[in-house]
Amino acid sequence: MNDISSGTPILTTERLVAGYEPDLPIVRGVSISVAEGEVVVVLGPNGAGKSTLIKAMAGLVKTTRGRVSLAGEDITSLPAHRMAHRGLAFVPQTDNVFVRMTIEDNLKLSAAVLAKPSRRDHVDAVYDFFPDLARQRRLLAGRLSGGQRQMLAIARAMMIAPKVLVLDEASAGLSPKLVGEVFAKLFEIRLSGVAILLVEQNARAALTLGDRAYVLVDGRVVHEGPAVPLRDDPALAHLFFGAGATVQRDRAAG
Amino acid sequence: MSLQFLADGILMGALIGLGAIGLTLTYSILRFANFTHGEFITWGAYLTLMLAAVIGGAAAPSLDPLGPFSFGWGIIAAGAIAMLLTGGLALALDLVVFRRLRVRGNAVIMVIASFGASLALRSLIEFIFTSRPTYFSREIQIAIPLAPGVRATPDQLSTLGLALVLVVAMHLILTRSHIGRAMRAVSENPALAQCNGIDVAAVIRATWLIGGALACAAGVMLGLTVQIRPYMGFDLLLPLFAAAILGGIGSFPGAIVGGLIVGVAEAAGVGLVGANYRAAIAFLILIVVLLVRPAGIFGARD
Repeated sequence: MNDISSGTPILTTERLVAGYEPDLPIVRGVSISVAEGEVVVVLGPNGAGKSTLIKAMAGLVKTTRGRVSLAGEDITSLPAHRMAHRGLAFVPQTDNVFVRMTIEDNLKLSAAVLAKPSRRDHVDAVYDFFPDLARQRRLLAGRLSGGQRQMLAIARAMMIAPKVLVLDEASAGLSPKLVGEVFAKLFEIRLSGVAILLVEQNARAALTLGDRAYVLVDGRVVHEGPAVPLRDDPALAHLFFGAGATVQRDRAAG
Repeated sequence: MSLQFLADGILMGALIGLGAIGLTLTYSILRFANFTHGEFITWGAYLTLMLAAVIGGAAAPSLDPLGPFSFGWGIIAAGAIAMLLTGGLALALDLVVFRRLRVRGNAVIMVIASFGASLALRSLIEFIFTSRPTYFSREIQIAIPLAPGVRATPDQLSTLGLALVLVVAMHLILTRSHIGRAMRAVSENPALAQCNGIDVAAVIRATWLIGGALACAAGVMLGLTVQIRPYMGFDLLLPLFAAAILGGIGSFPGAIVGGLIVGVAEAAGVGLVGANYRAAIAFLILIVVLLVRPAGIFGARD
């Protein structure tokens, strides 16, 4: 059996409680950890609090209790714009590019996080990594197709030279072919040494990429472990769409 | 009807456009219609007047007219400082009034508050300077012919030049500088802007500063070419809103094009139906745009 957290943890939460209203927590005491260079997937049915969890980590949703650490530093409740400076890149599920700006401006926008001398080089490095974007720098992001937009959103996140890349439903609304392309790109990013935390509905594709997975139901972690056995688990499908979710919830609550 | 209305309209339109840029910027980034913008125009003009008196007191030749113009370098220096001060006034107002209301996220409260603040700022001007109209200079300006039947004074041409310089500078800021890109990003999607490491509070401060400074420039232009009075900015509000909405709220080129259209339409209307109906023309444009094309010329239709 795989060791659960083999490397040095880069991004962790400890008993995190978060939500949109103080007396109505959506995330209810979640502890997860992502090690350096690791890909971690958070799965769970709709409304389980997956998105809220990573939004709270990124400073977009209020944390009421618990702790978020990045590379050993406490980043709990830091304003969202400070997260980029610390090395946490967040890619929202929707509206994740600036449609009224060109590809170039989308990328340059985040470059300000970096030290001045390295900006130009880093823009070039990201273009090398995303050659399709480099070919149409002056194009308005609003003219891009769904798949290209997702690529730009990931490229934009990579502009801050992150320690960890956090993505909310990177495959939502994409055809299977495009999902394949996006995940192939994420695989390349992972090879370059950036840790990835992925929230996904598309469990099978995500588990192919992931090293480990957490399953969230009703704001709590109900399962954690290596990705591969989970991918081949016939119960997984039930967990998302069938009565399995209810059973799991009862078990978690009881 | 001679083509003179075109020259007058373009001049007034440039001024309206300059004011509308600030209005449209604050609208797209702070998401409320700011009625104090007219007061920034008035305050800009009066601050320049006051500073020019101070500079003139220290160095009298500074008020001597430069070449064909009615103003000396004292007014130019005073105007430049007043632009900074008006930007500061806008920032201070945000700190005292708008920032506290913003957290509640209710645009209607913001609009009403801006209306109240505008009343207070205007009354303060009347209290300090009385309501009697005044001028930067009493020099007589002789209009020079530009084309058959079209004349403009050197002052008018200088303000047009100033407007052009400011519009180009603003364009460069918005397209080439980080703060400009950040402003566009926040106007489009504040949450995503934050994820890119952009401090939205800093962008809001920059917006007030720039909007206030441009309003001040419009006020100085108006003071140079017409007159300075406590209601000068307030009376300009309707044309400003008409221009910003006609161009497409939030659109920088839209504010300029909208300003020019409103300015020329007003000048043409004055020639056709008389000066009494000047204010009605902007109002008419506003209503027609809202009915026919509410997104404006350059606005995103969504």
